[in-house]
Amino acid sequence: MSAITEPATLQRSLQELAERPPERDGRAPRSRGHRVARVFGYIVLVIAAAALLVPFFWMVSSSLKPANDVFSVPVKWLPQTWDWSNYVNIWTHSNIVVWIRNTLVLAVAVTILQVFTGSFAAYGFARVKFRGRDALFLAYIATIAVPWQSYMIPQFIMLSKMHLANTLWAIILLQAFSAFGVFLMKQYYETIPEELSEAARIDGLSEYGIWWRIMVPLSVPAMASLTLLTFVTVWNDYLGPLIYLRNPDLWTLQLGLQTFVSNQYAANYGLMFAGLVISVVPIGIVFLFGQKYFVEGIATSGMKG
Amino acid sequence: MTAIATDVDTSPTPPLPRRRSRLRRRNSLIGWSFILPNFLGFALLTLIPVVTLFYLGFTNWNIFGTANWTGLANFQRLLGDTTFHTAVLNTFYYAVLHIPLTFVVSLGLALLLNTKLRGVAFFRTAAFFPYITSIVAIAVVWNLLFSPQYGPINQLLHFVGIANPPTWLQSTTWALPATVIVSTWRDMGYYMVLFLAGLQTVPRELHEAARVDGASVWQRFWNVTMPCLRPTTFFVTVMLTINSFKVFDLILVMTNGGPGNATLVLSQFIYQTAFVQNQFGYASAASIVLFLICIVVTIIQFLINKRRSA
Repeated sequence: MSAITEPATLQRSLQELAERPPERDGRAPRSRGHRVARVFGYIVLVIAAAALLVPFFWMVSSSLKPANDVFSVPVKWLPQTWDWSNYVNIWTHSNIVVWIRNTLVLAVAVTILQVFTGSFAAYGFARVKFRGRDALFLAYIATIAVPWQSYMIPQFIMLSKMHLANTLWAIILLQAFSAFGVFLMKQYYETIPEELSEAARIDGLSEYGIWWRIMVPLSVPAMASLTLLTFVTVWNDYLGPLIYLRNPDLWTLQLGLQTFVSNQYAANYGLMFAGLVISVVPIGIVFLFGQKYFVEGIATSGMKG
Repeated sequence: MTAIATDVDTSPTPPLPRRRSRLRRRNSLIGWSFILPNFLGFALLTLIPVVTLFYLGFTNWNIFGTANWTGLANFQRLLGDTTFHTAVLNTFYYAVLHIPLTFVVSLGLALLLNTKLRGVAFFRTAAFFPYITSIVAIAVVWNLLFSPQYGPINQLLHFVGIANPPTWLQSTTWALPATVIVSTWRDMGYYMVLFLAGLQTVPRELHEAARVDGASVWQRFWNVTMPCLRPTTFFVTVMLTINSFKVFDLILVMTNGGPGNATLVLSQFIYQTAFVQNQFGYASAASIVLFLICIVVTIIQFLINKRRSA
């Protein structure tokens, strides 16, 4: 663990990156080779953007096609007749309302728990010095290298014995205490000047008061990152629900859609695509609004060297 | 000043030994009180299961009956289990394809985005979309894009003159590379952001100096950018490796291990053995193998990184 990049610098440069207006070239006369490189760069960018977005485009356009038109030769990228019926029928042809409700309950509960316990613990790790702290933090970090798949069995057995398998509690517990949240918040807390809490301490504020009155308000960007990342992770999680939620009334959106899809494969593609679009769109909107925090959160989490 | 309870002790004279030990106890108490809510969950759901794994792997436990200690029997069985061998080989094959491909693609895109091209902000958003999309949606859409006869991908390949394009997910040769393509497509935005953040820390003056000295673009990339980027490349490699070895949900939804066992990976072997066949002891032994692979590879990478930075 060496060469830790200064988080503050990085944060700043990322911000600059986000806010930098597209610079027009026109400062110095460019060489011919430079122009060729630019054109080449644009070509690569356009191809890559197409590769990234075409599957989404195809998904949305297929959801608006009558069932038989999804596979046509040659491919029709736009529906010939816009068929909105899939978006009407999906609500009655599937249990999607129940799935969305379960997913929302899980995502909200996990996010609240994760942000609260994560930032609380991060303060302990970042600002209170006590014996065993660093060893404990190392244990937290080390588990990032341990895949969940390798200990899902003992975990499942334990939660089954506690009669929590096949309840939403299993997923809440499973997701709410990740090392990632603690790590992200600790990274951010370390960028907040110590003098602030020092001054508050002299004014008689307790450590808990410092956390609540100073650290929490100052770390809103990091908490926003953690909130968004956690929410999206829980919303998209497939394996946890697959193992723990057997009762169809408890299914999440992903689990429900997967079963729905495997039953629909031969039947009605349009309906299936409508379901997928409905599962993707909320996250897409959340992402577009909170993009800055997403990117900063990811970048911060990547800064351990 | 008696209330000071942090590591930054600004008082000019050190406190008396008795007071200091009381202070330390107080600090321990405060520190643990902060960490405890998270730690309880973390210990219960991560630490204890990891430790228990190393017991379960040596038993013949299935959900019925009791766990009997069977020593190394599970591991001997793994050695002779051809399905397990297939799963391990496929996992390594997947990792060997996925790690370099994703590394190169995301680094390349990050370098491109670090230049002053227009539309960069839009592209960064687009690149991130796959990463926040659910595995189920990705798997379904790509499965259909990959359809051998009517899928858009093979129609495109026909169009550019490839007469016999691969049958992708229905072919034992192409199914695994197809899943690699999809996972690279999904992950590249994430790693691109990591690289992009790393690139912001490369001092511009170094590039200028190298340019003045007449270094070519290629030379500057290898001698300026890459050395400065080392902490990032290290982190990316470690994450990519772990994520490759634990690959599961994408393959589960896309191919379910098929055709035959052509895309069966280690995590899926564990899942099937445990949750379909109820052989929890045997599956735990396979989990230990997965655990050890990830830990050993990470430690090796740490050592290499340490030697290089020394």
